[in-house]
Amino acid sequence: MSARRLPAWLLRIDRLGAVLVVMGGVALLWLPFVIAKANRIVPGQALGIFQALPAPYPLACVLALLVAALAALACRDPRWRLAAALMGVLVVSLAVAAAADALTPPGNRVVRIAPGAGCWILLLCLGLLAIDAITRLQPGPLVRTLALLLAAGVAVAALAHGTFDHLSVMREYAANAERFAREFRQHLWLALGSLGAAVVVALPLGVLCHRLPRLRGAILGVLNFVQTIPSIALFGILMAPLSALAAAVPLAAALGIRGIGTAPAIIALFLYSLLPVVANTVVGLGRVAPAAVEAASGMGMTRWQILRGVELPLALPAVVTGIRIVLVQNIGLVAVAALIGAGGLGAFIFQGIGQTANDLVLLGAIPTVALAFSAAVLLDALVETMNRSPA
Amino acid sequence: MIRIEQLTKQYGATTVVDHVSMEIERGSIAVIVGTSGSGKSTLLRMINRLVEPTSGHVYIEGRDTANEPAHLLRRHIGYVIQGHGLFPHRTVAENIATVPRLLHWDQARIDARVAELLEIFQLEPAEYAGKFPHQLSGGQQQRVGVARALAAGPAVLLMDEPFGALDPIIRAKAQEDLLDLHRRIGTTIVLVTHDMDEAFRLGDHIAVMSQGRLLQYDRPAVLLTRPADPFVARMTGSADRALRLLSLRTAGEVAAPGMPAALKIAATATLRDALAELIWHGAEAASVVGSDGAIVGRVTITALLAAGQRA
Repeated sequence: MSARRLPAWLLRIDRLGAVLVVMGGVALLWLPFVIAKANRIVPGQALGIFQALPAPYPLACVLALLVAALAALACRDPRWRLAAALMGVLVVSLAVAAAADALTPPGNRVVRIAPGAGCWILLLCLGLLAIDAITRLQPGPLVRTLALLLAAGVAVAALAHGTFDHLSVMREYAANAERFAREFRQHLWLALGSLGAAVVVALPLGVLCHRLPRLRGAILGVLNFVQTIPSIALFGILMAPLSALAAAVPLAAALGIRGIGTAPAIIALFLYSLLPVVANTVVGLGRVAPAAVEAASGMGMTRWQILRGVELPLALPAVVTGIRIVLVQNIGLVAVAALIGAGGLGAFIFQGIGQTANDLVLLGAIPTVALAFSAAVLLDALVETMNRSPA
Repeated sequence: MIRIEQLTKQYGATTVVDHVSMEIERGSIAVIVGTSGSGKSTLLRMINRLVEPTSGHVYIEGRDTANEPAHLLRRHIGYVIQGHGLFPHRTVAENIATVPRLLHWDQARIDARVAELLEIFQLEPAEYAGKFPHQLSGGQQQRVGVARALAAGPAVLLMDEPFGALDPIIRAKAQEDLLDLHRRIGTTIVLVTHDMDEAFRLGDHIAVMSQGRLLQYDRPAVLLTRPADPFVARMTGSADRALRLLSLRTAGEVAAPGMPAALKIAATATLRDALAELIWHGAEAASVVGSDGAIVGRVTITALLAAGQRA
C-alpha cells in the first residue's frame, strides 16, 4: 500500500481542505480578481488582486487567506474551520468592494468593476469550507435559523451602508432600484401564491388518495406526468387555451387572464407544486400508527375528528417537507416564468442574457439563489423542530 | 348486561362470525378465546360496531346497539387494543381526557377525573400527566391505554388482546392489576385473547371460538371437565387439564378444619401452587393462613388430588 509509505504529517492533512486550498490558491494567483470595464459595453480588462488593490491591502488579504488555508489543511476543530472560512469570505468581499472603490475615478458612473473568476472561485472554496464545517457541527434548528438571520442582517447592513456601491451589480441595481423592488415582490407573489393555492388543493387530494387507494394511482400518475413536462413547454402549452379563454370570456380578460403574464405562470407553478405536497401528505398519513386511528375510532371520534385531531397533526412534518420542496422549487422556476412576461427576478436574467450584460444577470440570479437558500434553511429548521417534538 | 343474539358477519361469501349468541353477566369478565382467524376480534368489534353486523343483534342493558349512531355508542363503551394505540402527539393527560372531551365535560371535571385515574393506575399525576407516550415504559403505556378507556366511566370495557405486546413478566403483572381493578370498579369486561392461560387466569366465563362459530361458552371448570367439542378439549389442553382445574380455585376455598401443620400456605394461593408446595417439601398437609396471618384451616395432598379429578 502506497499510503503507508507517506509521511505521517501528510496523512494528517484534511483532504477536502487540500483540494480547496489548491483551487483557491490557483484562483487567487492566476485568475482575474476583478474585471474592469470603461463602460457597460466595451470588453473588460482582467486584473489580479495585486493590480486591483493599492499597496498594503493585497498582502494583508493574502496573509488572511493563508491563515484560512492553514486552518482548512491542519485544523480538526470545525468551529475554528468555520471561523476561518467566514473570515475568508469577509476578507474577499471587502477586498472586491475596496478594489471597486479604488478603480472607480471619483464621480464616474460609467465604469463597471465586476468580480472576476478568481474572486468567485475563492468565495466558492470558502463557502464549501464553511458548509463542511457547519455539517460537522450539526447545529440545531434554532441556531441555524439565527445564523441565517444574522447573515442576512450583515448583508443588508453592508448593502444599506453602500459597501458594494461601486461594484457593477450594485450599479445596475442603482439604475433599476424601483423596478427591482417591483420584480422582487412579483417573484415572491408568484412563488408563494402558487404554493398557497397548491396547498389548499393538495391537502384534500392527499387525504382522498390516502382514503381511496384506487384513486391514489390515478392522481399520483397524472401529477407525476405533469412534473415531467419541461417548465418552458408547460408555460408555452398554457398560452393557447388562456388566450382563447380571454378572447371568449370578457370577464376572464377583465380579471387579467391572458395567454402570457401572471395567469399562465401561476397555473404552471401551481401544477408543479401539487405532486410534492400530495405525495408527502399521502406518505405522512400512511405513517400514522394504525393503532392510534383504530383507538380513536373505538373511542367514538368521528372521521372528521380523527382526521383533524389525530391523522393530520401526525402527518404534518411530512406535509411541511413537501411544502419545503415546492417553495424552493418554485423560487427557481419563477425565474423561468419571466420568459412569458410574468415578471419576477428572472426578467433581469433574460434581459441581461439578451444584452450580454452579465451584471444584470447577476442582479436577477443572486437574490433568487439567496431566496431559495433562505427558504430551504428556514423550512428545514421547521421540519426538524416538528420531528423532534413528540408530534 | 350484554346479550348477543344470532350475531353474524359475512364478507362476500366468507362467514367470519356465524350466528353467535351469548349473554354476559353484569360485573363479570368474559374471555373470548380462539386461534387467529376464528372470528373472535370481529365478534368483539361488532359489540361497539367498529364492524357492522351482517345480521343479528347486540343488546346492552336491554337496548339494541343498532338504534344509536355508532360513534355516540362507542363513547359509552371502553375500548382497549393491542399496542395501546395512544396518541403520540398528546400527553398522558390529554390521551386520558379524549372521551370526556368528546362528551363535553367541563375542564375542572376532566382534570379531577384524569388525576383520579392516574392514581388508580399507580402513575403519580404530577410526574406523568405531562409526559408523552414515548416517554413511558411498555407496561405504563398499557395502563394509560386502559385508563383512557375507563375515563368516562363506561359500564362495559372491551379489550382486544390488551396484553399481546407485553413481555411475559410484565404481562403477568398487568393481568393481576386488571383483576385488582375489576374487583374495585366492577366494570363488565369482554376480553379477546389467543392465550388459553390468560383466559383461565382472567375469565369468569370463557367463550371458545373456531371458524366463526362459538363452540362453548361456560365457566372455566366446565370447559375443562365437560368440553362440548374435541376442539375445545384440545384448546384447553388435555395433558395438564388436571393442573389447570386446580389453578381455578384457591387454598382458602377448600381449607378444611384440622390439626395445624408445619408448612403454611396463603389462602389466596391456587390449589396448583399449594400442591407444588406440598410436593416440594415432601409434606402431607399444610396450614392455610389468611392475609392477617391467622390459620383458617388446612389442605391435604389427598384433598388436592381429589379436587383435580374430573367431575
